[in-house]
Amino acid sequence: MADVITYREAVAEGIAREMRRDPSVVCLGEDIGAAGGVFKTTVGLHKEFGSERVWDTPISEQAIVGAAMGAAMTGMRPVAEIMFSDFLACCWDYLANEIPKVRYMTGGQVTVPLVVRTANGGGLGFGAQHSQATENWAFTVPGLKIAAPATPADVIGMMAAAIRSDDPVVFFEHKGLFATKGPPAPPDHIVELGQAAVVREGADVTLVALASMVPVALTAAERLAEEDIDAEVIDLRCLVPLDTRTVLGSLAKTSRLVTVEENPYQGGWGGTLVSVVADEGFGLLDAPVRRVAAECVPLPFADALEEQVIPTADKVVTTVRQLTAY
Amino acid sequence: MTGAASTNATNAGQLLALYEQMAVIRRTEKAAHDLFLAGLVKGTTHLASGHEAIAVGASAALRDDDYVFATYRGHHHALARGATPEECLAELMSRATGLCKAKGGSMHLTKASHNMLGSYAIVGAHLPMAVGAAWSARLRGTGQIAVAFFGDGATNIGAFHEALNLAAVWKLPVLFVCENNLYMEYTPIGDVTAVANPAADRAPAYGIPGEIVDGNDVVLVQEAVARLADRARAGDGPSLLEAQTYRHFGHSRTDPATYRPAEEVERWLKHDPLDLARGRLAELGVPEEAVTEADARATDLVQQAVEAAKQAPAADPREALTDVWADGGAAWRT
Ligand SMILES: Cc1ncc(C[n+]2csc(CCOP(=O)(O)OP(=O)(O)O)c2C)c(N)n1
Repeated sequence: MADVITYREAVAEGIAREMRRDPSVVCLGEDIGAAGGVFKTTVGLHKEFGSERVWDTPISEQAIVGAAMGAAMTGMRPVAEIMFSDFLACCWDYLANEIPKVRYMTGGQVTVPLVVRTANGGGLGFGAQHSQATENWAFTVPGLKIAAPATPADVIGMMAAAIRSDDPVVFFEHKGLFATKGPPAPPDHIVELGQAAVVREGADVTLVALASMVPVALTAAERLAEEDIDAEVIDLRCLVPLDTRTVLGSLAKTSRLVTVEENPYQGGWGGTLVSVVADEGFGLLDAPVRRVAAECVPLPFADALEEQVIPTADKVVTTVRQLTAY
Repeated sequence: MTGAASTNATNAGQLLALYEQMAVIRRTEKAAHDLFLAGLVKGTTHLASGHEAIAVGASAALRDDDYVFATYRGHHHALARGATPEECLAELMSRATGLCKAKGGSMHLTKASHNMLGSYAIVGAHLPMAVGAAWSARLRGTGQIAVAFFGDGATNIGAFHEALNLAAVWKLPVLFVCENNLYMEYTPIGDVTAVANPAADRAPAYGIPGEIVDGNDVVLVQEAVARLADRARAGDGPSLLEAQTYRHFGHSRTDPATYRPAEEVERWLKHDPLDLARGRLAELGVPEEAVTEADARATDLVQQAVEAAKQAPAADPREALTDVWADGGAAWRT
């Protein structure tokens, strides 16, 4: 085993491990076959498993996700790729109306064990229609599980859990993390959905982050350490199930909370998280909660503008500083 | 025409059985209508009275384990694929014994144990699902096919076109059956569609067969579906069948359908699927008495179903918080 693996390689590795283990796991999506995916996240799958199990589709987002649903209802475990998460809007009916509701509205008769994978988020200068962090869209829909790993090992472990899940999972792979490297995942590595990770322990403030914001929060924590502010960083890893237990546990120690979100403040997951804290953990707090989130604008193109909109370590540091002085 | 289909179609006993199924569906929907007026059915219903021959003819041509996907106008498909009048009516009446534990209602009748995989209220959404089910059947090598029933209005939805193309390029065993009842909700399909036959005329664009059949003639429907199903099972790919029909009622409960010309309604009511089947039975020498008996059995069955559904316990409010996830629960957080 190589001693490091990239996030992008981890995606293909995670899928391949499950395809080797279970013949009912199949993939479909645009350019995912011989081309290996536009982000090179499916490299090698077509060669190993052939075009019956790794199917190139036309540009038909509704048909991709709708067909994945039909296959999932009839004994397969499909992994559908929607190239950029922005394009989820083209098949939003399936994410909002069909997949998450069919089990419920049939009184439990039908199971939909599928994964919709998609490249999420900004940071690469792709402009407003190819850069959105859209995990909040899915977060508004009861019936979808939502995974958003931040490290290569988590990609593999959470991919295993997502594919084995009998429930539908939307799996957000972050474009800005594809080139990052990390330790490889051991064989049979599984990270159960709904378990946040405390990725840095600290006593003064809890930073809760997701996907691309995890390294931002960690960078901020290192800088705060130089000012003797000891930040605990939680990688949420999943939005559904949401690990509020770990967050409340951390607050019992630090009594200060900052969420770090790439998505726009308006309607962001941090809003739900802090409402749970307000309901159930108010007594744990010694200061107001703060949300560092993206500005409520479409994502601009230029680096300088993008940086203005998406949270940076600087913005997190400034916010935490104010909060610790409270 | 396949041997099997023509034998079935001309077999008096089989045709009588199909007639009886249609009679059960007609009466179940009449009961739904009456129960709605009596305040015992909430929400809305989209009755398929007039469309029975499509569901029954197609089902007779399919294998029991083939997959079926339907729309909010799907009572007939649920019943034709094995749901009982009692469980359907109980569902409409919000009873615990309902087909979907009263979580689905009229628009979502589903009988998964019989591979009737649901009724979908978003126009056209289920066509790609049928494609996926057909893909899955092929991967598993089961020889099953998938059938999607939908309205003429659905042919102008993107999912229809995406599904047809995907099924065609993958040569999947799927059959798209359009129930062309001439109207969407209140607008004639012809007013908003560039071709005369909204389904069949589109088939050539996808390189698949597009056929038209009299959807009120159960025998012709059975023959057509048997032939196209054979084709799909043989690996020759999908096809599109446009079954011409008419709905006896308005679009849904609130629609008196006053927009339809009287002579058009009259002409179609004279072309009733049950009457047509009765005519065919007479031609085959089936005594009228046998048909009357079938009618009486259908009436009894539905009457009992109504009574049983009325007696059944109301939906358990605790059920509202189950069945979101595969573990039976609904928890979204730890
Ligand atoms: C995507 C979508 N748009 C609009 C509607 C509202 N609607 C419900 S039924 C219907 C008419 C559909 O007509 P058709 O497909 O011909 O089926 P029919 O009702 O005649 O069986 C419409 C517009 C809907 N349910 N879904």
